[in-house]
Amino acid sequence: MNAIRSSLIWLLISLLGASAIGGIALHRGESINALWFITAALCVYAIAYRFYARWLSTRVFILDETRATPAERLDNGSDFTPTHRWIVFGHHFAAIAGPGPLIGPTLAAQFGYLPGTLWIIFGAVLGGCVQDMAILFLSTRRNGKSLGQIARDELGLLGGTAALIATFAIMIILISVLGLVVVNAMKHSPWGTFTVAATIPIALLVGVYMRYLRPGHVLEASALGVGLLLLAVAGGGLVDAHPTLHKWFDQDGLSLAWCIMGYGFAAAIMPVWMLLAPRDYLSTYMKIGTISLLAVAIVLLQPDIKMPALTPFIDGNGPIFGGKLFPFVFITIACGAISGFHALISSGTTPKLISNERYIPLIGYGSMLLESFVAIMAMIAATVLEPGVFFAINSSAGVVGSEALAATAKITAWGYPVTALHMQSLAQQMGEATLFARTGGAPSLAVGMASIFGSAFGQGMLAMWYHFAIMFEAIFILTTLDAGTRVGRFMLQDMLGNLWPKMAETSWLPSVIFSSAVVVAGWGYFLYIGVIDPNGGVNILWPLFGIANQMLAAIALAIATGILVKSKQLKFSWVTAVPLLWLVIITTTTAWQKLVSPDMRIGFLAAAEQLSLQLNQHLLTPEKASVAPQLIINLKVDAVITLIFTSLMWLIVLDMLHTCYRYLTGKPSPPLSEAPHEVSLLNAEWVRD
Amino acid sequence: MLKKLRILWQGIRQLSGDDAYERYLHHHHVQHSQQNIPVLSKAEFFKRWQDQQWQGIKRCC
Repeated sequence: MNAIRSSLIWLLISLLGASAIGGIALHRGESINALWFITAALCVYAIAYRFYARWLSTRVFILDETRATPAERLDNGSDFTPTHRWIVFGHHFAAIAGPGPLIGPTLAAQFGYLPGTLWIIFGAVLGGCVQDMAILFLSTRRNGKSLGQIARDELGLLGGTAALIATFAIMIILISVLGLVVVNAMKHSPWGTFTVAATIPIALLVGVYMRYLRPGHVLEASALGVGLLLLAVAGGGLVDAHPTLHKWFDQDGLSLAWCIMGYGFAAAIMPVWMLLAPRDYLSTYMKIGTISLLAVAIVLLQPDIKMPALTPFIDGNGPIFGGKLFPFVFITIACGAISGFHALISSGTTPKLISNERYIPLIGYGSMLLESFVAIMAMIAATVLEPGVFFAINSSAGVVGSEALAATAKITAWGYPVTALHMQSLAQQMGEATLFARTGGAPSLAVGMASIFGSAFGQGMLAMWYHFAIMFEAIFILTTLDAGTRVGRFMLQDMLGNLWPKMAETSWLPSVIFSSAVVVAGWGYFLYIGVIDPNGGVNILWPLFGIANQMLAAIALAIATGILVKSKQLKFSWVTAVPLLWLVIITTTTAWQKLVSPDMRIGFLAAAEQLSLQLNQHLLTPEKASVAPQLIINLKVDAVITLIFTSLMWLIVLDMLHTCYRYLTGKPSPPLSEAPHEVSLLNAEWVRD
Repeated sequence: MLKKLRILWQGIRQLSGDDAYERYLHHHHVQHSQQNIPVLSKAEFFKRWQDQQWQGIKRCC
């Protein structure tokens, strides 16, 4: 009887999911309700979790409940500790969910709502979740080893080194693009700049409070910090209205970029308790609180999506970034569908906490489903805006011109009506001087969130909601930025230690300062170029970040595929091999187009050539001519980096295939590095919760 | 209802590390009660815990 009822329920969920997917895919009317998106996503997630994740656990990875996990065998009460599954889920989700799933969908909305939404849902259940779960499983079976170590053990030195370089490179690109997003959100916005700047002293105060005033009272200190953050949002309004303070916080992009670099450097060398740890607490609470609030608001308000399913920009002429739907939608939305970075988290702290292998699907697969859901909400927040408004905010001056009338005329001519007057009044409502050319995704997401929050909880405070949303995005972008710079510093110190062992000492000040400076200079360079680029910089940096992130995912999937083959699971190795093949296709296609496309909006080299031609013929405005030489060099640098990324990915994939070939033909290959089986003595009831 | 709220509160405390010292004391009591390992004070323990929490890659994009 129960079996019949359960089959009926799953049949209903399947039908509901299929009709919701069909609804959003086939709808071609004026607008469509956001609830369809939520329904489609939740039904697909439920089915994927119930059937696919379970099948992966029992047939492919063959999870063993009787096997002791590293948390049990190596329990030391600190990093290795058996922990309740929901606590591990919380830690893991907080670690994987950053600003990526908010920005990518916003940018990809230029193709319309449909391609991005489908990729977020199906990319996650077939790709991203599988990757996260596979790496979590492999690392749990290997005493919580990192991705780089697993690659070295299972593929050999080549694979290990390539994984290490890839991780470092992705970190640099990631931080620079995130820095650019914050700069674009704060540029000439005294309110936003004040609020974001205020997060630094607030974090310092919380840090001192937790460490010295009331040691260990984490929640108390965090509550204080969150209260102060909300005050800072309100205080920004006063700063904006004050004539002198207004001037102080009204900064151009370049000065803000220098400030961010200085901040990143300071954060990398300061002790973690001062800035990093307290900021991380604040950003985690803000993130979870705001995302839940957004979910509640969307369900309450049931807003209509105004963006069409597909826009004409699928042909490659989009104003936000150049390039056709294929492959660029898959590169633009990395986090939220599949993100290689997660493999670093899944092979980091999480496997050291899991008390039993049976929780791997919940933590590995489930957390990624939730992240995918966050991306769906970002897509909704971006597409509830009138498309004209969306394009006016996200199109750079280099594409639509810097005059409001000309820009709105151009956007209206694309078929998305918008007036300068409307943009002016919208900016006024949001407490901003202008909303034109605020590229990077953060401002348009904030406008979308403010309009959803405003309609659901009171229209009067739009400016407050807008700056709250900006603060919310900025605070965890900065958390990723300073945590990333610090990790980059440690990785560099580690690498330099191979040449000169003293460099690896993490407390030796010259090495600390030198390696922090190198890391900041690395991302600072791209940030600087992004700021001076009249086309906004995001159009170049975001695809580069996407390539890097997908390349890391390909590396992780290659490692997982290799291990599956060596574990005598050749017939099931498609579960990671198919997503791997897809990533190899899209990254290689993107890289190819980025290198050889004659379209200057896509090809780096074509753009460099065109720009130097214009420079030589004196066709550029003096302003543009002054930055052109730097832009030309940068385009060539970007081309080289793209080539390196793609070659690294191919190197590892070929290395994996070579290892598999040797294994299957009986030639010597690196053996499986799994820790030996030990029977778990841990009673599930006993686990400390 | 009250019990559920208490479980939720425990979860929040554990996720944030608010009860880390209590869990340390418990661990110490269970595992090391026979040996003569001195118990750290809350401030000392917290310093060590916080520094250890921040090793490796903790945040993502």
